[in-house]
This record gives sequence, C-alpha cells and structure tokens, in this order.
Amino acid sequence: MQWNSVGEFFAMGGYAFYVWGSFGACVLLMFTEPFLARRRLSEVRKSLIRERLADELELQQKTQ
Amino acid sequence: MRQSIIQWFRFGSPQSFYPLAGRMIPWFWAAAAAFGIAGLWLSFFVAPTDAQQGEGYRIIFVHVPASWMSMFIYLVMAFWAGLGLALNTRVSGMMAQALAPTGALMAALSLWTGALWGKPMWGAWWVWDARLTSELILFFLYLGFMALQAAIDDPRRADKAGAILALVGVVNIPIIYFSVKWWNTLHQGSTINMNKAPSMAHTMLWGMLLMALCFWMYTIAVALVRVRAIILERERHTDWVKHAVE
Repeated sequence: MQWNSVGEFFAMGGYAFYVWGSFGACVLLMFTEPFLARRRLSEVRKSLIRERLADELELQQKTQ
Repeated sequence: MRQSIIQWFRFGSPQSFYPLAGRMIPWFWAAAAAFGIAGLWLSFFVAPTDAQQGEGYRIIFVHVPASWMSMFIYLVMAFWAGLGLALNTRVSGMMAQALAPTGALMAALSLWTGALWGKPMWGAWWVWDARLTSELILFFLYLGFMALQAAIDDPRRADKAGAILALVGVVNIPIIYFSVKWWNTLHQGSTINMNKAPSMAHTMLWGMLLMALCFWMYTIAVALVRVRAIILERERHTDWVKHAVE
C-alpha cells in the first residue's frame, strides 16, 4: 500500500479534485439510477393495485 | 432441440419474462457489489502509483469501464431493437427501451471522468478530438433514442422508430473504437490491445477488469428493474398483469 496516512489517501497526490470528482460522480449516479428505476416499478405496481381495488369496489356496488 | 427453441420464445413473452427478471435481479446486484468492492480495493490500495501521472491516473478505473459499457450497451440495445423489428417479439423492444437510460448514463460518466482526467494531464477539459467527439455523438444518440420513443404514443410504433435510429447509429461504435488509430488524436491509444500483452501493471489491469465487471453487472440489474416497470406499464390492461401484482 502506498498511503502513509488517511490524509495522504484523500489528497491523492494533489489530484484529489479530479480523482474524487470522477469516483464521486460514478457513485452518485449509480446509486440514483437504481433508486429511480425502483421507484418507477413500485409506482406502476401501486397504481395497478389501486385500479384493482377500484374494480372490486365497483363490482360490490353493482351486486348490492 | 425444438423444445429448447420454444423455451426461448416463451421468455420472449412479457408474462414469463416478468417473474424471471424478478428472480435474477438480486443475483446481479450481489455480483455488482462483490466485483465493485474487490475492484475498488485494487484501484486504491493495491495498484501502484503511475510513474508519469502520479495518483491522477486512478481515474482510469472508472473512466475505462464507463466508456466500454457506453459502447457495449449501445450494441446490445441495437441488437434487441433489431430483433424486435425482425421478429416482432414484444420483450425485445422493451429491453432496448430499458437499456437506453443506462447507456446514456455510462456515456455521460465517460465524458465527465474524461474531462476530469483531461484537465490535469492535457490542460483542457475538452478538445474537439475524434475520440471525444464520437463519444459525445454516442451520448446524443442515446438521448435521441429516448426522446423519439417518448414522443410516439403507440409503444409498438415507438419501438419501430427507435429501432431504426438505434441501427443507423451503430455505425458510430467502430468510429469511437478505432478513432485513436484512424486519426491523430490527443486521446491515448487503447488501454488493452488484443494483439499484444498489456503494457500496464497486472494489478492495474485487474482493477480495471473487476470494475468493468461491476459496471456490467450493475447495468444488467438496473436494466432488469426498468424492464419490469416497462412490462407492467405496457401490459397494464392484460389479465395476467392484474394477477401478477399482489
């Protein structure tokens, strides 16, 4: 390992802004995208469940 | 033989692909995490300092995987789009649509990390060089594909129009790949050459390959999540969807 201290690791030999800017952007986007994709899936699921409940309710009212 | 072909066509139907995708997703997330942890460990703690670029070269561990994936996802997307156009299979168009945002994300990351690497090494965030320009065009192709599909209401027609755009855009991929050979560019040559042994340290190479595998597994996982959402959105008026969601 080439780092003597934690500070040296974060300094990245003077390239801190460039190295952490690159890795940071990847981490940020690669956590945001799955979150958005999951939200899209859960939203369509929720709306399908609401639709089915509405259908069932309608059916009940008709039979009464 | 015939049985196995029928099996493949069966997974071409949204109804059987939806639960299959759901079962596969956790495995791809786990693989992405495992490769990512191993890759980051090699990238930061095992790979030595570069003789010329100091610690600045470590950007390679995300720049190269993002660039590879941006090109590879485009080929896979065009493949699915073309298959949908030729065979009219329903899941194909959905797969192409699910891959496009992730491809755009990889192209954006490639451009972003490239700019952050170019500034300290070349002294410029951006140059209108063949490699960089063709990658920017790739990013716009993804955005164009997504915009075109979003603009057409009928999903089947959107798939067809998108497929044609995706297939025409494939010509850009070899241009990006060979740009460093064909033109005199500022961008360095390819990191890994098929014809000769890699010139970089083995630990650097392994770090890069593990990160690439992480990005690959990530792409599959997130595209499968998105394709499930697309399946439900498009098939919402069918009976099976009503029973698939509990």
